[in-house]
Amino acid sequence: MARLPDRRPGFSRRAQYGIFTGYVVAIGGAVIGAVLLVVSLIQPEAFGFARTAANEVGRPSGVAAAHSRTIGQAIYATVGAYFNAGQQNAALSREVAAARANAVTARAVADENHRLKALLGIVDPVDRPVTAARLIGSTAQSARRYAVLNEGSFSGISAGQSVRAAAGLIGRVVEAGPHTARVLLVTDPENVVPVRRVGDGLPAFVQGAANGTVEIRLINMGLNPLHKGDVFVTSGSGGLYPPNVPVAIATAPHRDGASGRLASDPADTDFVVVLPVFQPGAVAALEASRQAAGPPPPVDEGN
Amino acid sequence: MPFAWPSTNPEDYVRRRINRAPSPVLAIGLPWLSIAIASLVTFSPIIASAPVIPPLGYLVFLAWRILRPNLLPLWAGLPLGAWDDLFSGQPFGCAILLWSATMLVMEDVDTRFLWRGFGQDWLLAGLLTTAYIVLGATFAGIAAHFVLPLVIGPQLVMSLVLFPVINATVALLDRIRRLPLRRVT
Repeated sequence: MARLPDRRPGFSRRAQYGIFTGYVVAIGGAVIGAVLLVVSLIQPEAFGFARTAANEVGRPSGVAAAHSRTIGQAIYATVGAYFNAGQQNAALSREVAAARANAVTARAVADENHRLKALLGIVDPVDRPVTAARLIGSTAQSARRYAVLNEGSFSGISAGQSVRAAAGLIGRVVEAGPHTARVLLVTDPENVVPVRRVGDGLPAFVQGAANGTVEIRLINMGLNPLHKGDVFVTSGSGGLYPPNVPVAIATAPHRDGASGRLASDPADTDFVVVLPVFQPGAVAALEASRQAAGPPPPVDEGN
Repeated sequence: MPFAWPSTNPEDYVRRRINRAPSPVLAIGLPWLSIAIASLVTFSPIIASAPVIPPLGYLVFLAWRILRPNLLPLWAGLPLGAWDDLFSGQPFGCAILLWSATMLVMEDVDTRFLWRGFGQDWLLAGLLTTAYIVLGATFAGIAAHFVLPLVIGPQLVMSLVLFPVINATVALLDRIRRLPLRRVT
């Protein structure tokens, strides 16, 4: 359909000026957009206040959506549980029996650990979680990976705190408003997490690939010792993330690292836990254990 | 009496036609409202770990512009783009720039290609959406200091396939917009 002849105003001065002003504003808008874009590329947190305010506006719909997501998953899970229920029951019974035996062993080990730590005078850092929250939104249409929490600075959340689900690390808080907070997910390429391999403590970095997987990069180059199925947990170096939170599982080793998948997929997490920034707690614990251990033994010189 | 499905024509739900005119709030506000709500899709039940959802705000904006060229003012990309930027996760200013540029490009297209069929409109929307997604991913890549490779592929294909659906939805909204609800006195 050809458009109406509204761009040919004839002799009406008013209409002519109206069209001209429209063009000026449109081109001005593009220029303003370009300037804002450059500013936010140079200083990414520049418009954080506006985003925070917008998240506060969108919070109710996000909370409602999160509720419906939980209900929907529960319905599917309930329906799915009726299929092969008997088989599953037998398998679970066997697993529980095995797990009971393991739990007794684990308790004995924990007791022994506790005793040995007391002997050495090590004080465990108490990192109580800041709060529990729900994921109420994510940037599903952008190449950047952010999510929004339904709790904010009124619950004690501040930028830099890490966010984890039951299964593993989700990301870290980058902006906190009164009732919402923005989380940079582990799958975002800007998020680099220092990790180590479970078992031998091989140090590495996990970097997001923005497509739902992560890249595991080794610190020491050379022969690639990674295998499919290696589990990586946070190492605590860098002071941002607390140690021993599962992050990724290697799926495809390649020349200088491996591709991996996340230990905890944000898509099927219901609640997440916000943890305090690790470093201050770690420094305090180190100080406490140093005091508990007493002065260092005198170093004998000469001889 | 056989069961009758409810009518899908919005006009069937308005009884009185004579002495009625469209409500100005709905006639002018519905396009803006629908685009603003489509931008809010980030608060959807899906917590995505990859860009999977097409840029719905932009697609609805484009569909309105193609269907009703006179409806949105030429500067509409500035406020609507700013709103989209607040939720999309892109660096702020990205949508303001690209949506304003879209309005200007469409203005030029309208003067060059006067008579277009739906196929040509789809092609046009496809080209513009491709440019939008690729440029958006480029800006996001600059912000993340990391070249984002082929992560936008699925999103791109989905946007191209979804355009007719969005176009039909916008056409339905356009009929709702023009329902004679206001009494003329």
